[in-house]
Amino acid sequence: MKIVYTDVLVIGGGLAGLRLAIGAKRRGHDALILSLVPAKRSHSKAAQGGMQASLGNVAKGQGDTEDVHFEDTVRGSDWGADQEVVRMFVNTAPKAVRELAAWGVPWSRVRKGDREVIINGQKVTITERDEAHGLIAQRDFGGTKKWRTCYAADGTGHAMINTVADQAIADSIPVHERKEALSLIHDGSRCYGAVVRDLITGEVSAYVATATAICTGGAGRVYRTTTNAVICEGIGHAIALETGVSALGNMEAVQFHPTGIFPAGILVTEGCRGDGGLLKDVDGHRFMPDYEPEKKELASRDVVSRRMEEHIKKGKGHKSRFGEHIWLDITLLGEKHIHTNLREVWDICHYFLGVDPVKEMIPVRPAQHYTMGGVRTDPSGQSPTLKGLFSAGEAACWDMHGFNRLGGNSVAETVVAGMIVGETIADYCDKLANTPTVPLGLVREFVEREQAKLAAFTKGGGREDASLIKGEMQDLMTAKVGIFRTGKDLEEAVDKLQKLLVRSRSIGLRSPSLGANPELVTAYRVQRMLKIALSIAYGAAVRTESRGAHFREDFPRRNDAEWLKRTLATWKSESDTLPTLAYEPLDVTRMELPPGWRGYGAKDYIDHPDTPERQKAVEAIRAQYASDRFAMQKALMPYEHLLPEVLRGKNERIDERF
Amino acid sequence: MAETSNSHRKLRIHALRYNPAKADDTPRIQTYELEEAPGMTLFIALSEIREKQDPSLQFDFVCRAGICGSCGMMINGLPGLACRTVTKDLPADISLAPLPFFELIGDLSVNTGKWMRGMSEKLETWVHSMGQSTDLKRIEEAMDPALAEEVYELDRCIECGCCVASCGTARMRKDFVGAVGLNKMARFRLDPRDKRTDADFYELVGDDNGVFGCMSLLACHDVCPKNLPLQTQIAFLRRKMVLQGTKG
Repeated sequence: MKIVYTDVLVIGGGLAGLRLAIGAKRRGHDALILSLVPAKRSHSKAAQGGMQASLGNVAKGQGDTEDVHFEDTVRGSDWGADQEVVRMFVNTAPKAVRELAAWGVPWSRVRKGDREVIINGQKVTITERDEAHGLIAQRDFGGTKKWRTCYAADGTGHAMINTVADQAIADSIPVHERKEALSLIHDGSRCYGAVVRDLITGEVSAYVATATAICTGGAGRVYRTTTNAVICEGIGHAIALETGVSALGNMEAVQFHPTGIFPAGILVTEGCRGDGGLLKDVDGHRFMPDYEPEKKELASRDVVSRRMEEHIKKGKGHKSRFGEHIWLDITLLGEKHIHTNLREVWDICHYFLGVDPVKEMIPVRPAQHYTMGGVRTDPSGQSPTLKGLFSAGEAACWDMHGFNRLGGNSVAETVVAGMIVGETIADYCDKLANTPTVPLGLVREFVEREQAKLAAFTKGGGREDASLIKGEMQDLMTAKVGIFRTGKDLEEAVDKLQKLLVRSRSIGLRSPSLGANPELVTAYRVQRMLKIALSIAYGAAVRTESRGAHFREDFPRRNDAEWLKRTLATWKSESDTLPTLAYEPLDVTRMELPPGWRGYGAKDYIDHPDTPERQKAVEAIRAQYASDRFAMQKALMPYEHLLPEVLRGKNERIDERF
Repeated sequence: MAETSNSHRKLRIHALRYNPAKADDTPRIQTYELEEAPGMTLFIALSEIREKQDPSLQFDFVCRAGICGSCGMMINGLPGLACRTVTKDLPADISLAPLPFFELIGDLSVNTGKWMRGMSEKLETWVHSMGQSTDLKRIEEAMDPALAEEVYELDRCIECGCCVASCGTARMRKDFVGAVGLNKMARFRLDPRDKRTDADFYELVGDDNGVFGCMSLLACHDVCPKNLPLQTQIAFLRRKMVLQGTKG
């Protein structure tokens, strides 16, 4: 049995995993990254529009602070987020963007003087301050009060991962490419690493580590129509779930991005709307102001996606041979702007649609985009139920997005979580008591179990086709567990997914090689993907309210009285066909921002009984500390003790010097 | 979306098959027939072949949106990104082969990642701040907006390997850093945050495996899927390195 030993085993080579590994390595611990693909090809690369951080450099960002970012994020989450974690995040985001600037990310910069921008369909002249010249620029994004999204044209994730992956190379961090973690090695209370398969040779080996971190991104590919890369199949989520011990939080919270190009589902950035692009219907009518007079095209993604689908249902979609869609119009932004700040969008439209977005409108329709749910961790990134297991980024639920993530907050979360968990995981490894005595028998047992499972596909005599099952799952998820959900559809989905899961236990292969074999990969992944699909569908079926991206037509109101709680899914036994659900309440009495109206979307909701009293207490504290926002924040909800020491402290701005 | 006159053609995809891990395998061309669909890309076509005809066919796609650089392959003799190649732009007979030069994993899949990591290690493709530390609580250092755009322009490389696969020098010199490497040197040379001097860059690319190995055939410039200005960047870098080399 081949065993590789390391201090920190990072599963996933995207931005979160890379930054986490750099943090651990710089603290003196060996870190090793496993990645399905070369690190720079990870899905982080696809983030286009930008990264939220309250720098407040541009004129339209003046007055921005962590406080505003905090409130936007919590409202965006529809109060599903852990507010302490949101605080940790918003305070670290400016540090993250500045660290990336020092490392070489070519952030777009502010030019002093007048410039013409498009706001609400109108040309407006903005004057940028002299003292902001050359500092990192921000653009507008959905669900934000200030222009806060820092960007490198519309290749932000690309530029970020280039820089961070190269830093990892500079720090001599090995990335074992084309390796896939098949299961976590654990004894029911502690994680010892992972069983790993080499996708080129098929070899199965063990990676043993003091701490293991799941940074595998989202699970969008359980849906048919998704913006996610083909590797985003939720396998990291699944191997955590399959421990039977570590839980997945809020898997029913799935985001649909308003502007996937139609019908391929490839993303065009929210920056299109942030920079002034409009959504239009079959008549060329700009319809969003009719539904959302306050934020229009720039309400949060869940709201805009629902409004688009609602409008299509009214017969206002453009009918094409592939079905109906909405138009995204960025022609008003002009050729120069598109060729400078939206050039990836131009590329995508040109190559995949044959459309020149300078002159023509872009066909779009909402597509699955983001997995808010993930491996449940505490604010330090560690699983509360499986010691030595950590998670960061989209794969994790620590939980800063609640039931809807704001645009620009995911790519920001990757590096921020990487910075924070990189420190906490190093703290964990520093402690002698946490150095495991490795139970080699257990390691061997796990390796042999996975080998036996693989052999069963090639020799088990099963007759089911893996691709077919996968396709049926994806169609079901898109048709029944999408933007608008009903109890009837969800029950049907749960029922059919269970049947698919049972069938997936009898998969046979047409090409029975244990080496490089794409069919074998589909086979073992689809079994795991079905567990993720079931966690989403079952969680959605049981949650009889609407919150953020989880919208139940039969329960259209947010119900804080009964549902201000986080879903926790575990998979107790390999023979189960459903996850076991438990619920973790969110404590209103400790919230800095008690539940209320988001500022867009539906205005009616059912209050939690504790909300009015907490609201009163919050108002009293706000009045008492009106002159000092830091003291006020501390009195409302202290969080700084949760941050690693090196990441604490105020952030300087042009308008806020220390 | 306009209907094309070419839709519902019968496509014949001729793919090079070879699994180097199998001792008895020999390279061969295998032909797959499938019906063209509207908007079909090579990603869609190859995925359909794998699902319905041949589950063993190896190829690499990740983003399928032309941004990650995984799917570089020879398409009718030219290197390109398969995911954003639309079949209607091609004749009904489409020949596919793995990118030459890189280590073959199997069929259409090559190990560009391994080569790119080696190149990055060799050329140290990161900002060398020379010990300057940054206080993350403080306002970031200003940078000229136009210069930031220029750096981004060169930073758009997706390391797909098409430039190296089309390169004449790479055929002869296995350690040639390729247009991808030279472009990166130009990118860091341009970046004021990188404190390296021309003398440092000369150490990295001032030889025949670097900028002086380039024979200016410039197929790299023609095939780059991101339209990077490779021709001018290589010429500019060479001029600077000649100046540096003749200094002493």
